[in-house]
Amino acid sequence: MSRRQMHLAAHFPGVNNTTVWSEPESGSQIEFSSFAHMAQTAERARFDFMFLAEGLRLREQNGAIYDLDVVGRPDNATILAAVAAVTEKLGLAATISSTFNEPYEVARRLASIDHLSGGRAAWNVVTSWDKFTGENFRRGGYLAQGDRYLRATQFLDTVMTLLDSWRGDEIVADKATGEFLRDADAGRFDVHVDQFDIRGRFSVPRSPQGRPVVLQAGDSDEGREFAAASADAIFTRHGSLEAGQAFYADVKRRLAAYGRTEDQLKILPATTFALGDTQAEAEERGRQIRRQQVSGQTALRFLEQVWNRDLSHLDPDGPLPDIDPLVVDGDTPRVSQGRAADRMYRDPLATAREWRERAAANNLSIRDLMTEVTSRQSFVGTPSSVAEQMERFVEQRASDGFILVPHITPTGLDEFADKVVPILQERGSFRADYTGSTLRDHLGLAPLDARASV
Amino acid sequence: MPDTPLHLGVLLDGAGRHPAAWREPQARPTDLFTAGYWAELVAEAEQGLLDLVTLDDTLGLQSADAFALDPRTDQVRGRLDASMLAARIAPLTSHVGILPTVVVTHTEPFHVSTTIATLDYVSSGRGGVQVRVSGRAEEAQLFGRRTLPTDRDELLAELFDEAADAVEVIRRLWDSWEDDAIIRDAATGRFVDRERLHYIDFEGRHFSVRGPSITPRPPQGQPIVAALAHRAEPFALVGTSADLGFVTPRDTADARTTVGAIREAQAAAGREAETVHVWADLTVVLDDDASAARDRLARLDSVAAYTDDARVFAGSPAELADLMADLRTAGLSGFRLRPAVLPDDLRQVTRGLVPELQRRGQFRTGYEASTLRGLLGLPRPADRYATVVRDRAGSTR
Repeated sequence: MSRRQMHLAAHFPGVNNTTVWSEPESGSQIEFSSFAHMAQTAERARFDFMFLAEGLRLREQNGAIYDLDVVGRPDNATILAAVAAVTEKLGLAATISSTFNEPYEVARRLASIDHLSGGRAAWNVVTSWDKFTGENFRRGGYLAQGDRYLRATQFLDTVMTLLDSWRGDEIVADKATGEFLRDADAGRFDVHVDQFDIRGRFSVPRSPQGRPVVLQAGDSDEGREFAAASADAIFTRHGSLEAGQAFYADVKRRLAAYGRTEDQLKILPATTFALGDTQAEAEERGRQIRRQQVSGQTALRFLEQVWNRDLSHLDPDGPLPDIDPLVVDGDTPRVSQGRAADRMYRDPLATAREWRERAAANNLSIRDLMTEVTSRQSFVGTPSSVAEQMERFVEQRASDGFILVPHITPTGLDEFADKVVPILQERGSFRADYTGSTLRDHLGLAPLDARASV
Repeated sequence: MPDTPLHLGVLLDGAGRHPAAWREPQARPTDLFTAGYWAELVAEAEQGLLDLVTLDDTLGLQSADAFALDPRTDQVRGRLDASMLAARIAPLTSHVGILPTVVVTHTEPFHVSTTIATLDYVSSGRGGVQVRVSGRAEEAQLFGRRTLPTDRDELLAELFDEAADAVEVIRRLWDSWEDDAIIRDAATGRFVDRERLHYIDFEGRHFSVRGPSITPRPPQGQPIVAALAHRAEPFALVGTSADLGFVTPRDTADARTTVGAIREAQAAAGREAETVHVWADLTVVLDDDASAARDRLARLDSVAAYTDDARVFAGSPAELADLMADLRTAGLSGFRLRPAVLPDDLRQVTRGLVPELQRRGQFRTGYEASTLRGLLGLPRPADRYATVVRDRAGSTR
């Protein structure tokens, strides 16, 4: 019986509390050697790609720069161009904002990385709209409600128009005849839409993949629709098997409306893990990691993000506050700024109600509760048990694979690569070696034909 | 003058500076968009112990016409983003400085700052940037965000004023994290000391930027900022903002005038005490046999008409060394050579000129430093914001 193949990606540990920095083995989050180590580990384990998140302003809470978590990151595209030099097959996925960049420069960077990596570039398209981050940029950041997905959609379409402006057969470079270009109009584009009014000739000839692999993160209805229309993979949150199956079915069902088949959009939840030689040992390790991830201070900061109030006077080992969250409209600055998660709790009053009930029923302190709701690992167990749990998700169509989020930089993937991947390979659910050279190959996406897509 | 060290860089662009370069026998015009092509060139520059390479770039497609796109099909068209290219080759080298060209007219200064800081990380302290302005209406249309003045003087004044603001923002962001901002203090649970992170609060005519950077202070503290300068406005930019200016003198007297203009701008900006390098750009066609070099240039010119903003030199490495010695008396501290044909003229620089200069005792025989600032004799600068904090802490008021 041939098993359903899974895809695996590595999320370079980011600037959330989930990245534990206080352990002796925690290394630099900014030195190139850390990026090289994780990328080479992922490539050794035959992963599809490495993924980098983005934040263009340091987070603040209660009016001051947030100092409890790892902070300080490189420019994504630049670091991935360098990682291309120390890897050969691994896909390279950068989150790049469509709010604080222009399509022409994003297209140039992505096409250049794709050339320089031999066809391994991927782009996670995100759109933000906060004035807070906009203070670092000349165009500012504010987008009116109705313009948010419009900008994202038009940005993506415009980048693709630029990338498709070279078909791939224009460069002749015939020394004898002196003909370098076959087409005096190579790269010509003309885009006139609400958000962009640009024209000229694009300067980067067609890259190996033609277009980078497009990732989209987001669970909202609009996000799912955007992904169904345009993305090659969707980066989602991990939940139960049942929740995963519901999400999977919903997103895959949407593809037909865009003339796409189910295998053209991969569903990859962000996934955490804790391993041990026995189940009990793994459980204990998972508990330890969670305690490190959610200190008393961190628990209070989390609570503030939902309550939208300064709660620093509370005792994290005590009960939840009686006061209700402060609800403001989406454009009003909040206690916490610069986090995507600030908008995650759409109904803070309902969240507060639910949490109070849960805390009361289980006698949980603030820290206990926050540890429960934010940090439980997706998969906990021995390597073979974790491998089986992951296979079950893929076999039962809760996902097409996983984006693993290790909790330690840069060695957090080592144990998974050494212990779990060989089991998956042996059981036939994950590739023993790369069979292609581009990221599209790894993901089982058909090569693009530029002429067909114009 | 002879006891100050001579610095050497090369400008790398496509198949070489000459528009006919891609048709030469050694040229690899179909490899221009591969990492391997550039890796070999930069490795060659490092073999020759050069201080740095600059990777040329423009936002739009190349054009023989300085102000409009041309419909030519007989010259190299298409290029890679120089910053991406710089990062791609940085891990493959260990000593040579790497400066991509970046157009600051359209690219956000915040992105330029984090990109070059990241280049400095991936090269372990060998990063820098050549800033360029773009006055071409057709490049503005690629962004669709602004209309540039049509009056030439007004345009240049605006572009260079804006470029100076961009460099100021880029530099402030590099300093916005003090070197010891990351404390990993388990006792207090703090990863970073927010007192050592600084808002830059830049407000200018063209943009405002709040900061701090998302990227910690790069290894060199301040990576190298360079600019090409032909006239008064860019001379002022070099004087106020750059560590390194590339100039294009016709002869030694012209070089003396240009160096004087930059020193004046430097003094006007209150930077007399700082080292600002001024290097002359020379396009070079080299051969052991001087007449063979001149014949080659004539042959190239017969294939494609060519004028450059820099002086074009065709001759032997020894003749070039003589010319450089003469030009240096004008106060130049180095040269950026633009190989007319790649890899031919680059190899002539590294395997012909460099040994010649070494024989004359005018060029290094081994790398003496591991950072680009080190090679250029520039100290690692103190953080501008750290001083403020120390003053505050040390104040008795």
